[in-house]
Amino acid sequence: MPDLSRFQAARPALPWLLLGLAVAAPFALSAYDLNLLARFMAMAILALGLVLIWGHGGILSLGQGVFFGLGGYAIAMHMKLSDLPQGEIPDFMLWSGRESLPFWWTPFASPVFTLAAILIVPMLVGALFSWAVFHRRVGGTYFALITQALALAFSTLIISRQDVTGGFNGLTDFYSIFGFGLASPGTGPGLYWVTLAILCAAFVGLRWLLASRFGILLRAARDGENRVRFLGYSPTPFKVVAFAIAALLAGVGGALFTLHAGVVSPALIGVVPSIEMVVWVAIGGRYSLAGAIVGALLVNLARDAVSSAFPELWLYLMGALFIFVVTLLPQGLAGLAKGKGA
Amino acid sequence: MSGSAVSELLLSVDGVTIDYSGFKALDHFSMTLNRGETRVVIGPNGAGKSTLCDTIIGRVRPSEGRVIFKGEEIQRLPEQQILARGICRKFQAPGVLPSLSVRDNLALAARRDRRWWKSLRSGISADERLAVEEALESVKLTHRADVDAGTLAHGEKQWLEIAMVVATGAELLLLDEPTAGMGPAETSRTAELIHGLGESRTVLVIDHDMSFVEQLAAPVTVMHQGRFLKQGSIAEVRADPQVAAVYLGHVA
Repeated sequence: MPDLSRFQAARPALPWLLLGLAVAAPFALSAYDLNLLARFMAMAILALGLVLIWGHGGILSLGQGVFFGLGGYAIAMHMKLSDLPQGEIPDFMLWSGRESLPFWWTPFASPVFTLAAILIVPMLVGALFSWAVFHRRVGGTYFALITQALALAFSTLIISRQDVTGGFNGLTDFYSIFGFGLASPGTGPGLYWVTLAILCAAFVGLRWLLASRFGILLRAARDGENRVRFLGYSPTPFKVVAFAIAALLAGVGGALFTLHAGVVSPALIGVVPSIEMVVWVAIGGRYSLAGAIVGALLVNLARDAVSSAFPELWLYLMGALFIFVVTLLPQGLAGLAKGKGA
Repeated sequence: MSGSAVSELLLSVDGVTIDYSGFKALDHFSMTLNRGETRVVIGPNGAGKSTLCDTIIGRVRPSEGRVIFKGEEIQRLPEQQILARGICRKFQAPGVLPSLSVRDNLALAARRDRRWWKSLRSGISADERLAVEEALESVKLTHRADVDAGTLAHGEKQWLEIAMVVATGAELLLLDEPTAGMGPAETSRTAELIHGLGESRTVLVIDHDMSFVEQLAAPVTVMHQGRFLKQGSIAEVRADPQVAAVYLGHVA
């Protein structure tokens, strides 16, 4: 067993160290690497939501890709429309034989509506879906399976409605966002700073939430739902609110990811990516906010390195890593530093 | 008008039947409890003692009969409302919340406003803090207040859960086998603890450790196969041939 005591002593400083590195990154990295880091940070925002629901709420969701996709498609639809001359419709719709914009695309021409939709739609869908399940006292493995089915249904729906969703290819070829050209030199770092700021805000906000009585009750409901119920609390609203917040973070992460990656497609939001999201957090440590960020960054970094050299190998490697962590490091990398907590 | 010297009726279980597809866990069972009383319910395994607790707190719903608490029927109310009216139960297996500190366990129980949006703050009110400290003191766990409840010894967990039930401020406490898994010394302390509660609360204790029941020195209700069998002092119950046949004869 390696001596970890010095690492443990440094643990409270870890988030600050990460923040320092993140602030230095735009001055040290190439535009390509900075874009890559910004993508991973967008994914880390989603990972924070999983710490809330899975680590502290005991709610395993294998369908976070759905909320990631809702945010991603919302911003992608806006960019598709804002890049078009007045009165035209996106090219893929023409190729599918459509002559007019579907009515539910129209409001996404407005930046304000789009921003509101990114925040509200995933949260609302998350709240309604989780309430429908939790108020019937369905939980645990059943809940995880239902979320997986949701991810499958969502990606299947998108693929099957190619004329209005872009189908399997998704939505891509964006040129500007809110008037800023995506190719102009200042936009990349600007989006990076926005992403970093949102990631920090989510981290601080969740830290506070987990330390509040809400966080205590969420952990209490995870450990003994019946005990909590017979102390006079209804566990359902606590779980629904947590799930809605995780969905919100997934949606925001999805929108930012789409901006950085320049594409959103079913391959990024279906069953397999949704499971990968859980793997990031399992590896980083599902009780730890900082651990989840590190997990999301490291796994995606590794994925990028491995899959460009050996595309076939990645899934096997990730599976092996997952088994290793679950059997030997149940608290993930953060468990190496110290037990539970943010 | 009515003389308050006469003990006031707090709980009445009136002809309750719990039917698990043909098996009657409770079969037209009736009993009453007066305010301030401590009562022990005994009976052989499967007599329906825990089902009685489940029924009173709304975990199972009777197919027949009524549960009347403070003059109102409660057998159809949601669990949270039954608790809000003043009934709380200690479960048979210790139901403490393992990853919360001992103090947080009690703070959760002592909290009066249990709506979720009121939980978006940290800290607790001065009243509740006082209730938590008193509860810690009553079960002598003050020195363990900041450890995770999961690390307590088995007996300490049982006491913590009793303290949680007390801290809810409920008038009627249902204690389901509070001495399960305890040695004689711990059992005696538990009996003292329950004696101390008896002055301010109404307590219904389920147990089948006869030495513990004797230490409680409270009236005893005997159940058998979901039905009421006998009620009286421990001595009367022990002397009853019917009780001996179904229960006491098989123990000891």
